[in-house]
Amino acid sequence: MAIELTPVAADRVKNFLQNRGKGIGLRIGIKTTGCSGMAYVLEFVDEVNDEDAVFESEGVKVVVDPKSLVYLDGTRVDFAKEGLNEGFQFINPNAKDECGCGESFTV
Amino acid sequence: MALLQISEPGQTTAPHQRNYAAGIDLGTTNSLVAVNRSGKTDTLPDSEGRHLLPSVVHYAENGKILVGHAAQQKQASDPLNTISSVKRIMGRGIEDLKSLSNRLPYEFDGNSDTHVPRIHTRQGNVSAIEVSAEILKNLAHRAEQSLGEPLSGVVITVPAYFDDAQRQATRDAARLADLNVYRLLNEPTAAAVAYGLDQNPDGLIAIYDLGGGTFDISLLHLNKGVFEVLATGGDSALGGDDMDHAIAEWLIGQAGIGEVDALLFRQLMTAARQAKEALTDADSTRIELTLGEQDFSVEMDRATFNGLIDDLIKKTLMSCRRALRDAKIDKDEIDNVVMVGGSTRVPRVQQKVGEFFGCEPLTDLDPDRVVAIGAAIQADVLAGNKPDSDMLLLDVLPLSLCIETMGGLSEKIIARNTPIPVARAQEFTTFKDGQTAMAIHVVQGERELVSDCRSLAHFELRGIPPMAAGAARIKVTYQVDADGLLSVTAEEVHSGVKSDIVIKPSYGLTDQEIETMLRDSMSHAKEDIEARMLAEQQVEARRVIEALDSALAQDGHELLTDEEYANIQKVRNELEKQIDVANSEQLKKAIKAVEAASEGYVEKRMNASVRQVLSGKNIDQVDV
Repeated sequence: MAIELTPVAADRVKNFLQNRGKGIGLRIGIKTTGCSGMAYVLEFVDEVNDEDAVFESEGVKVVVDPKSLVYLDGTRVDFAKEGLNEGFQFINPNAKDECGCGESFTV
Repeated sequence: MALLQISEPGQTTAPHQRNYAAGIDLGTTNSLVAVNRSGKTDTLPDSEGRHLLPSVVHYAENGKILVGHAAQQKQASDPLNTISSVKRIMGRGIEDLKSLSNRLPYEFDGNSDTHVPRIHTRQGNVSAIEVSAEILKNLAHRAEQSLGEPLSGVVITVPAYFDDAQRQATRDAARLADLNVYRLLNEPTAAAVAYGLDQNPDGLIAIYDLGGGTFDISLLHLNKGVFEVLATGGDSALGGDDMDHAIAEWLIGQAGIGEVDALLFRQLMTAARQAKEALTDADSTRIELTLGEQDFSVEMDRATFNGLIDDLIKKTLMSCRRALRDAKIDKDEIDNVVMVGGSTRVPRVQQKVGEFFGCEPLTDLDPDRVVAIGAAIQADVLAGNKPDSDMLLLDVLPLSLCIETMGGLSEKIIARNTPIPVARAQEFTTFKDGQTAMAIHVVQGERELVSDCRSLAHFELRGIPPMAAGAARIKVTYQVDADGLLSVTAEEVHSGVKSDIVIKPSYGLTDQEIETMLRDSMSHAKEDIEARMLAEQQVEARRVIEALDSALAQDGHELLTDEEYANIQKVRNELEKQIDVANSEQLKKAIKAVEAASEGYVEKRMNASVRQVLSGKNIDQVDV
């Protein structure tokens, strides 16, 4: 079971963490909401909970709660630019169907 | 595929529920927009990587409106339809403009029936509010492109000394640009926020803002999350351009140039600016000029440059001293000095300002972007993207709000530097026996006489029951919301008679005007162009008919057979019928038809007039 960051995404996360001045890593998760059932969570981590799974990817600590991990195993997180817009992108092998916007998905 | 941003712990929202907010620095010369992405707040570049958007709007011949760099390029060739520095006339009345007009090259519409001055352009008369709205639209579009989502709201910065009318005008511009304004924020306050100074419990902060053409000093007092403006000062005609001037003068002396024409002057100013910028990092720089046939080259070191600009810096420090005196504080009491404006990159400026205040000025953030960044930080908090622990910043009233009393005196209802939002009431009474109405004049300013203050609004309380002079009790309530905008109510306490007139600053737009403009701006551009073409064709059709009628009256029956005459008359009448009903294409055809039908007639007329000129003259009497 693993979750990976691409080198580009990892660089960005490190940069954002440094700019924020605190935080130990990146929390990745899912919430059951949104137009297609589930939505991604992407947050800074100040505290790791006991049940959290912690991975190290490209020098960034990735924190995932066990419920989310079921749906996220094998996911790669990339950082992409589209014109002026830029942000993180989930490449999730578990996702069967995404809503048009890609902010939520079903498994 | 959506591109996601990192949220604060526990702040992830449902998809499409996140509020995207931007901070906008609407400047005199340049404007910027900043947003927070993944916890990092920075200004946004356009597709060509440029962060600064020149605050210039061009009204083009094809009905298009250009903003920014594209508009700036038209400034030299088409100055009357290219509007810059519009911030100087925001919220100003026709009267105010008289003092500014020698610096503004535009043609103002003198007989507009509202108080808002309008500038003539080829696309009609435009107000400063409409011009500003174009700049705001451009920046908002850039932010939405960068975020991939529509903006839920913006924070726009204004100078600390902006009065209520100028703030209202800024707000109207945002409304016209279809933006939701969370708040207007004072520029110096935004600069302090960008450096996180609002997180301190208290302190005295000086904001030293040296731009291209203006200098502003603001002294702020931070007390429990409230920023008070203690004093503002500055010089509206002093800035980096003056440094370039000083270098150019020096070059003229060094190169022994006699006459300076416009072209050479521009070359000198460009070389001067490059030298100034080079000397930010280098100790010396070489300046090369092409003077006619020969080239001129000279080395300028930083000491020479410093010598040229020291007088200018001294002037800014004198303004600082005056502001300190106004605020009744000693310069040693200042805890932080924030540098704003591109000209504060000059090392000598940083050094002298540091020496003056006796502390190291804050220069880590790009001085051009610091105000927009502070605005974006506030916008993000106001949009609800931060945990509640991040305190909401409060602002203060920049100028006292007063009411006119008998004898043209102004009486303060809410004193300046009162934290907002705030509501204050004061009671007044009638002056004459049986007086049933009272005129209320709302003014803003610190002076004693109403004539020295700024008039914001007039309204009347009617229906006061007749009473002896001094018996009526009229309660006037001033309320200022979080944006620093004012509403006033007046109530006679005994009878409960209340004035329900909504106050608008004298120099704002009426609701109707705003509605009309909003409707206009929402209708599609295609329809606008069609409407414009139709209007042009209608004018052309009327002109053709008029010309034809006068010609026919003169010599129609003389030159034409009855049949020809009737034929021309027929197409002419057809065109006249079409004017108000046809579209531009149909009208164009009808005009063509008239022209075609009268071609032979036009020829006959020309021949006839030539004969007339020539008749009875020798060939050598005719001018050829």
